[in-house]
Amino acid sequence: MSGGVFTLVAGRDLRLAGRRRFEALLPVVFFIVAASLFPLGVGPEPQVLRQIAPGVVWVCALLAAMLSLNTLFASDFQDGSLEQMLLSRHSAVFIVAGKALAHWILTGLPLILAAPVLGVLFDMHANSILTLVAGLMLGTPVLSLLGGIGAALTLGLRSGGVLILLIVLPLCIPVLIFGAGAVGMVDMGLSASGHLSLLGALLLLSLVAAPPAAAAALRISMS
Amino acid sequence: MNRSIRLNMFAAPSSFYALSGFLLPWLWLIAIGFAVAGLYIGFFVAPTDATQGDSYRIIFVHVPAAWMSMILYLVMAGWAVFGWAANARLASMVARALAPTGAMFTFLALWTGALWGKPTWGTWWVWDARLTSELILLFLYLGFMALVESIDDVRRADHAGALLALVGAINVPIIYFSVKWWNTLHQGATISMTAAPKMAATMLQAMLLMTVAFWAYSFAVVFMRTRAIILERERQAQWVRDLAAKEAA
Amino acid sequence: MNVSCRRGQEWLFRDFSFSVKPGELVWLRGQNGSGKTSLLRIVAGLSRPEAGTLTLAGGRPGAYIGHANALKDDLTVTESLVFLARLHDLESSAQGIRDALRTLAIHHRRHAIVRTLSQGQRRRVALARLALEREPSLWVLDEPFDALDVHGIEAVNRLLVAHLARGGSVLLTSHLALGLPGNLVTELELPVEGAS
Repeated sequence: MSGGVFTLVAGRDLRLAGRRRFEALLPVVFFIVAASLFPLGVGPEPQVLRQIAPGVVWVCALLAAMLSLNTLFASDFQDGSLEQMLLSRHSAVFIVAGKALAHWILTGLPLILAAPVLGVLFDMHANSILTLVAGLMLGTPVLSLLGGIGAALTLGLRSGGVLILLIVLPLCIPVLIFGAGAVGMVDMGLSASGHLSLLGALLLLSLVAAPPAAAAALRISMS
Repeated sequence: MNRSIRLNMFAAPSSFYALSGFLLPWLWLIAIGFAVAGLYIGFFVAPTDATQGDSYRIIFVHVPAAWMSMILYLVMAGWAVFGWAANARLASMVARALAPTGAMFTFLALWTGALWGKPTWGTWWVWDARLTSELILLFLYLGFMALVESIDDVRRADHAGALLALVGAINVPIIYFSVKWWNTLHQGATISMTAAPKMAATMLQAMLLMTVAFWAYSFAVVFMRTRAIILERERQAQWVRDLAAKEAA
Repeated sequence: MNVSCRRGQEWLFRDFSFSVKPGELVWLRGQNGSGKTSLLRIVAGLSRPEAGTLTLAGGRPGAYIGHANALKDDLTVTESLVFLARLHDLESSAQGIRDALRTLAIHHRRHAIVRTLSQGQRRRVALARLALEREPSLWVLDEPFDALDVHGIEAVNRLLVAHLARGGSVLLTSHLALGLPGNLVTELELPVEGAS
């Protein structure tokens, strides 16, 4: 029964985003623009770019994922939909999970698809790009899940956007380290399986722990 | 410090106010006394290090400050969660009072870490695993304070801070582990006491004295801050009005 | 139920006791700022009272409709009602939705995007959900007649009477006089608490 609300909420969020397609694409545009600034700042030398690429792509992915977090709950909060969702017989955990899934499909997935483009811009080797994408596949859901907690805590606050960054970014640092580190390993000719396994572990931990935490945060913010 | 003895203190803000007021002068006395003793031993009595000369002496402030920064975060998270779970207002007030002090110690640890790094490595900052973790801890403190200050509704702010502190506390080991991993992968520099198998007894003494001093200082400052928060939040209560009237007279 | 509630530093109401019986409609009255909305939110389960107990059959009200309509601007009327119906485990078949919209006389706009509707029309869509409710539960309604015209008010009144007839109960606020038979309505005044 509660699983039903998960697909109900996720489906509704996706349908809503489909009616505002341009806004849904903004994070990806930011991702590409922001990453492209680095060669302009650092110089176009391929060796340097190849070295900084994993870090740059990951940091920009982090920031792009955070950008759309502000609106995760904000619209529903303002028009009373969130109240209705919390009042239903369904667990808030599944509602939050549904929203996180929609957020990942709308933000994380496009980032994963855009990453190879950046890989090419930064002259990364094919193996590195593959590892980058694999890491992003494991890491971007974690960002959506942790971001849900931040968005729930800062519901309705004036300073919401930047505050979410300050709260959530430190928590995302392990993802950044292991994700970029995985590519670094491959660049050195070593295996990235250790890093990717750790990312997988973080993903599992977030899947289990983040939705309940975000649900609790929603209750706090709505009371 | 054994907090269970003092649990009755947290029954009411007014009794906490009275009891803390009584304890404050003693706490300051302990803090200053132990600090003077610790610094004296650290800077004058402890022997010169074989490899680092006299510049290592900053660790007598750096290490206790780092310990305090980490412990205070856990204490803060603990009281905040207790205030949330048991709906205990005073516990939440104490948590809020702890945050600035914890952040201060984190900053002190970072700053003294830089002072240590300069003569040792020639740079003001080194991305050493422990220093980097301290930096992230500072971000966690700042995030807590920013969140709590941004929410107008006091109880919502208390509870939100509690959840954030709890999430942060759970993440601290993960963050520390990942930073260590990152540091060894990139073969970063490490600031530590090099190779001495046993720390000279006086060095240990000095660090312990400084730790006690920092503990007493923390108690004193947190008590003072909590008292201010109590007065502000409970200003409608009769005992506060009586107090204000007495002060004005 | 016996509840107390604070807003910020002030008490909104202390030790306020009342009960709502099956088949009863309680009209909560009080001055602006006396805490009517806060009380309704406590009864609905959205906030916790500072002190006191709340006893409800089934643990929660059957429906709560607050000031906000809970409608998304970018969805159609039908899509919005279907979402609310599925969310609250109500009937969501195409026929059922159409009938509910028809009850509130908004059926003709069922494919319109919510953004294009007037305030009164949106309120009708929000209230159409009540037409899908079948259980004799407690309805908690905050200013349900807001922005409605005479016909809309009549439609809602019909829904309320039908709900009371099957043993349900209603707790609502309204700054307008209720057009319901006097024997169904109990007035309840929420006193303004002075600063203590």
